Amino acid sequence: MYDFAYHRPKTLADAVATLKGKDEARPMSGGMTLIPTLKQRLAKPSDVVDLGGIKELAGIKADASSVTIGAMTKHYDVSVSPDVKKTIPALAELAGHIGDPAVRNRGTIGGSVANSDPAADYPAAVVALNATITTNTGKHAADGFFKGLFETALKDGELITSITFPKPEKAAYMKFPNPASRYAMVGVFVAKTKDGVRVAVTGAGSAVFRVKAMEDALAKNFTSAAIKDIKIPSKDLNSDIHGSAEYRAHLVGVMARRAVDAANK
Amino acid sequence: MTLSVAMTVNGKAVSGKVEARTLLVQFLRENLGMTGTHVGCDTSQCGACVVDVDGKSVKSCTMLAVQAEGTKVTTIEGLAPSADKLHPMQEAFRDNHALQCGFCTPGMVMSAIDMVKRNNYQLDEATVRRELEGNLCRCTGYHNIVKAILAAAPAMKSAGV
Repeated sequence: MYDFAYHRPKTLADAVATLKGKDEARPMSGGMTLIPTLKQRLAKPSDVVDLGGIKELAGIKADASSVTIGAMTKHYDVSVSPDVKKTIPALAELAGHIGDPAVRNRGTIGGSVANSDPAADYPAAVVALNATITTNTGKHAADGFFKGLFETALKDGELITSITFPKPEKAAYMKFPNPASRYAMVGVFVAKTKDGVRVAVTGAGSAVFRVKAMEDALAKNFTSAAIKDIKIPSKDLNSDIHGSAEYRAHLVGVMARRAVDAANK
Repeated sequence: MTLSVAMTVNGKAVSGKVEARTLLVQFLRENLGMTGTHVGCDTSQCGACVVDVDGKSVKSCTMLAVQAEGTKVTTIEGLAPSADKLHPMQEAFRDNHALQCGFCTPGMVMSAIDMVKRNNYQLDEATVRRELEGNLCRCTGYHNIVKAILAAAPAMKSAGV
């Protein structure tokens, strides 16, 4: 790891001010991706701004129609939150299957969403539930936020402060985890709301994406049978030592059907 | 960037000079000479480096030493109540022959204690196997580790630890 200047601001305002004007500075939330990246010398930030000391960024608030989760809230805290379990149980379930227990004790929702790892779990929930991402400068809709591999709509110096998930009528997330890393080989989040159905896929492409054909079919008939004949094109899907693009395309169908069945339980 | 860091490790106040990039596991092993916490994969997958920070199990190879400023850290060296008595989890690992080479054992024991407490001393085999997902052992096939953890849960409860 290359060395860097370390900062631990106590407020969001301090964090924003510390990052300002430093082109090579990086914010760090849980560090579950950034620290391994630094260890491999894949990044060489001049400054690391640790957001771990900012109390205002952590916490969960729920009302009858939504759950708002502070950016620095740990995966473990989301997974056991009575508010999340009651309002959107699929989201608590998703959080409880990220990485492993030690990773869930450090990793945060804001970090996961800002990172846009192609195999991360949270982006699928953000897109399928049509969440709103709030930052220090404004708000982002879920559609259009995840632009590509490790790329989001966030501007330099823009930090996620919280994410608001509207309560769906039904929802479920199913993933086929890589047995070593627990990252999603393919994960599918299905959500049914009064506005329709959204199907979001992670792990298969360069970033999370929706499957319109499945959404249309499920809007008419919310059963796994309704999507059993929908084939996902393997073109542009990820292909690596863990699985070919064709294998992942097949898994999207399997995980989507399992998710619909789980949502209907 | 050289920084001062101070924390409590196994009940003792410790401090030292570190670089910003110094990992918690390096601080424990190299600054404090506490080599019980192991570095296995160095890529946050194997769990040999698991320690307890403020009541939460963490991978100390994926946390900076400076991030542990002001925290209470417990390592494998801090578990046994005295020189001739082991922690119930360590005892259970010995009784059930839950190790072969022993390299993964410190992390296994630390994760196992956290698992028992998080599940309120009540575990079944499926839960233990699932929750061991962050710890890799290349010798035992996990079978005796699972047996040890299941045996330790009631022992920890009656010992009040």
